[in-house]
Amino acid sequence: MASKILKKPDSFFESFSRRSGPDKVSTHYCPGCGHGVLHKLIAEAADDLGIQDRCVFINPVGCSVFAYFYLDFGNIQVAHGRAPAVATAVKRVHPHAIVISYQGDGDLAAIGGNNILQAANRGENITVFFVNNAIYGMTGGQLAPTSLIGQRTATTPRGRSAENDGYPMRVCELLATLEGPTYIERTSLRTPKLTQKTRKAIRKALQYQMENRGFSLVEILSPCPTGWKVDPVKSLDWMEQQLEAYFQLGVFKDVGDERPAKADPERDLWSANYGTAIDLPTDLDAKLPEASPAPKYRNPSLKIAGFGGQGVLLLGYTLAEAGMLSGYHVTWIPSYGPEMRGGTANCQVGISEERIGSPIVSNPSVLIATNLPSMDRFEPEIREGGLLLYDRSLIDRKPNRTDIESIAIPATSVADELGNSRAANMVMLGAYIGKTGLLSRESVMEALDLVIKRKNLIDLNIKAIDKGIEYGRGAR
Amino acid sequence: MAKETGVLKEACVVIDAEECKACYLCVHHCPQQVIEVSEGINRKGFHPARYKGTGCTGCGICFYACPEPSAITVYRKGAVKQ
Repeated sequence: MASKILKKPDSFFESFSRRSGPDKVSTHYCPGCGHGVLHKLIAEAADDLGIQDRCVFINPVGCSVFAYFYLDFGNIQVAHGRAPAVATAVKRVHPHAIVISYQGDGDLAAIGGNNILQAANRGENITVFFVNNAIYGMTGGQLAPTSLIGQRTATTPRGRSAENDGYPMRVCELLATLEGPTYIERTSLRTPKLTQKTRKAIRKALQYQMENRGFSLVEILSPCPTGWKVDPVKSLDWMEQQLEAYFQLGVFKDVGDERPAKADPERDLWSANYGTAIDLPTDLDAKLPEASPAPKYRNPSLKIAGFGGQGVLLLGYTLAEAGMLSGYHVTWIPSYGPEMRGGTANCQVGISEERIGSPIVSNPSVLIATNLPSMDRFEPEIREGGLLLYDRSLIDRKPNRTDIESIAIPATSVADELGNSRAANMVMLGAYIGKTGLLSRESVMEALDLVIKRKNLIDLNIKAIDKGIEYGRGAR
Repeated sequence: MAKETGVLKEACVVIDAEECKACYLCVHHCPQQVIEVSEGINRKGFHPARYKGTGCTGCGICFYACPEPSAITVYRKGAVKQ
């Protein structure tokens, strides 16, 4: 230990804004809770490994749900048990980030049981800290998958019985049978010596991730005096006599040597110019079409809605694809019911000159409505000054809004004349680009080639788009 | 609480009485038994742990036992204290 002063690690926030009162330095954890100690060990490790700015901490559901008030990392709070799935996504998108999934026993072993199995089995290059206190703490001390036989909990007042509740689950042993994981260890916070072992295990797990060696999980047996209904010092006896007797401490798997350190593909990018290097390649702007559309049509958020089977998802997908080919940032999210035909469907599309923060479009700047229920539902959500395109052949009312621009296109009739009413979606697409000039005809044609699987339909779609463009231009 | 400033000749532990939640894990684990329960009550309503004022070796065990991030600070011998 080189440090002359042991104090609050820098990876903690200076003040905690969790509570509104004057106390801005205390956590919300109960006296004697293991979470606080673990947070300290993790924060200290991040300081010493120099990774604070790279850490993304996945906050679970459970007592540690508020870790983001304390740990000054990138933080995401996720749905119950889903931390490994979100950690996977973050790690794959940002391979240089150090992604920490921090989960309790209820979160990891109960509702998220399959999530952790799959992430471990894939050998995701993430670090999981599994805090096992053998009880549901936050919700009031109910039985957890790891509660011991005979343990009294709020839901097993006479003690856990194997007959009724099954046996406590040994997660490390279970995961160690998989090929995927690199490092799995169970430690404890019961004594100073064991705490130091935990401290080392935490560093090793993080180090492995930094070296791209794969999946690590450290299970930490952690006291919950409140849930166990004992005072903090007495809780240590129970840990020794009961918890550690059933959950053996030790390394269950460590194949770090067989999975040698790999270079980090993004490392140079980050270290060269931290903060800007992860931004867009600078040649992106050059790829944008020269003739830019009128300002009000730039960077649209679109909602495209209709019946399932009308091709609204394909319409949006084609727009997004064409946008991407043109050098824009794009997003596309479909939303539909269980029906393949006849249900309602819509998709949300973003096409932007800048990075898109969220793909959710709650107030579209453009609505393309291909049936009446969609127009009824989404017309009120259009932004003031926005654009509404609707299929006049199927929607027999005029828009109610007067603060938006609206264009009626006889899309289904036009498509019918071309020989197939199902090409109405492409008429609408054509009308949109004809009206706004956001995307070139060429980019859409290129996109069509990518998104239309049945090549014999491409001709029809091209005709439909061209017809739409005429209508769109006519409405300028 | 230690009152030294500058370069410390002896190790010492500083416990922020207002942050203490009285789990007493530091009292329990301290190998030198130089942390005790104080008689006073802090604003949280607890009798906070308190350094006896002498005998600390700077081992840091209390620091790693304490669940609160900044309730305990340990200054080792030779540390510069402000």
